[in-house]
Amino acid sequence: MDYNKIYTSLIMEHNKSGHNKREIKNADYIERGHNPNCGDDITVQLKIKDDKIVDGAFIGIGCAISQASASILFDIINGKNINEAKHIVESYLKMIKKEEISEEDKEKLEDAVILENISNMPARVKCATLAWNGVKIIFNKI
Amino acid sequence: MHKNKFPIFENNRELVYLDSAATTQKPKEVLDAMYNYNIYNNASPNRGSYKLSLEATNLYKESKKNVATFIGAESEEIIYTKSATESLNLISYVLEKELKKNDEILVGISSHHSNLVPWQELAKRKNIVLKYIYLDKNGEFDLSDLKNKLSNNTRLVTFSYAVNTTGVVHDVKKIINLIKTFNTNIKIIVDGAQIVLHKNIDVKKLDIDFFVFSAHKMFGPIGIGVLYIKKELIEKLPPFLYGGDMIEFVEETKSIYKNNYEKYEGGTQSVELAVGLSAAIEFINKIGIKKIETYEKELHDYLLSKLKELDFIEIYFENQKNKTPVIAFNVKNVHSHDVSQILDMNNIAIRTGHHCTQPLMKYLNIPSCCRVSLSIYNTENDINKLIKSLYKVKEIFY
Repeated sequence: MDYNKIYTSLIMEHNKSGHNKREIKNADYIERGHNPNCGDDITVQLKIKDDKIVDGAFIGIGCAISQASASILFDIINGKNINEAKHIVESYLKMIKKEEISEEDKEKLEDAVILENISNMPARVKCATLAWNGVKIIFNKI
Repeated sequence: MHKNKFPIFENNRELVYLDSAATTQKPKEVLDAMYNYNIYNNASPNRGSYKLSLEATNLYKESKKNVATFIGAESEEIIYTKSATESLNLISYVLEKELKKNDEILVGISSHHSNLVPWQELAKRKNIVLKYIYLDKNGEFDLSDLKNKLSNNTRLVTFSYAVNTTGVVHDVKKIINLIKTFNTNIKIIVDGAQIVLHKNIDVKKLDIDFFVFSAHKMFGPIGIGVLYIKKELIEKLPPFLYGGDMIEFVEETKSIYKNNYEKYEGGTQSVELAVGLSAAIEFINKIGIKKIETYEKELHDYLLSKLKELDFIEIYFENQKNKTPVIAFNVKNVHSHDVSQILDMNNIAIRTGHHCTQPLMKYLNIPSCCRVSLSIYNTENDINKLIKSLYKVKEIFY
């Protein structure tokens, strides 16, 4: 596989900028995800009001894929209601697992579709799903 | 220098394998020995009275002799397990009865998880105090820290001879002398998994009580580990796994167990793997461990000099003289996993992450790092390819 298909400019931008990487004071939900194989350690935080995600962000360390995918995640779900966000997260996780998703669902994934190539790289799947799985765990608790 | 002796490189022409500290590749001799055993000699050892079984038993015993000579022990002090990890767990279980509440165990902070988690668990089971021996700026044990932590309650001290993450070789003789001078009854456990391929070891001269290593880090097969226990301790300590072959007599209500190394080898042992390990030792002996050490040192120094030319690399413990051919580093501001990804796309295999030494990484304040580990099948050309690919990492990330 070509470098450019993984380390796309979008992923590199998200990784470098630290976009959505911040601490949310008084977050309603916090979930820490860890990938012991490579040392990725990401904590996702959500602030929720009336079934709506009013704010979401992450802190922690990890590779470019894990950092960018977390950053893109919050760009998409912030401001959305929980059910909608839940559906997006599920669609994304399906896509990475190489399961089929509808074109409509793919569109809702916005920039996250750029990570579809990761599904061909088993060693990176955990990186690309770490933050998303964290948010999924939170949704299951709500 | 010896690449053509390892068939994997014939089948993976582009492969640059730089992860030998995790597992080494196997030479043809080792693969042939295991194949030949299966087509000529395979039978259950120690049980049958027929020729084939006796041959298998002899090959198993022969393997033990080779291993014993390799580390300066006696055959009766060698026990086969499935890995160094299993060997260390076995020790932690058989020592359990010897220990009581408030006894203390000292563990080297640079230990692999295999030589750390079993002691944490034992400490929990028996309310034992676990203390860590920390390092100095060169990655060596801080001997004054060790001295301060030895107490009248210290029952055992355990550490790695060479650190898998950093390659630092500890001054084991000095450490053991210090401990034995304090109290000769303190048991000493040494994890030798990362040293046996790189340095001559004599467990008797070093006065080690327990020594462990695994075949797959020294050109042998995966699935067989070695446990050396001093003979007098074998006689004193209880068995571990109960079942066939470790018994003397079994009656309906009680059993009597063997009181030699066999009490730790319950169940049918793998002669195939023992033969593979034996062949690996013969392979090493044929080349000569000194020659291996010299070649690896040259390659290590070449790698170090090349890495030092890269201003975007941070190298750990680069000034340490006593090392295995391992170099730990990071590409500044790039996660190690991304580095290995790009290298892998150029058929270069390195290890990244925390290397099963999380307490060490936390102590050093390094979340993860890249580790290049060399062996006799590596060449300067491999290193040149690595360096070229590291420039590619820079190009993508900077």
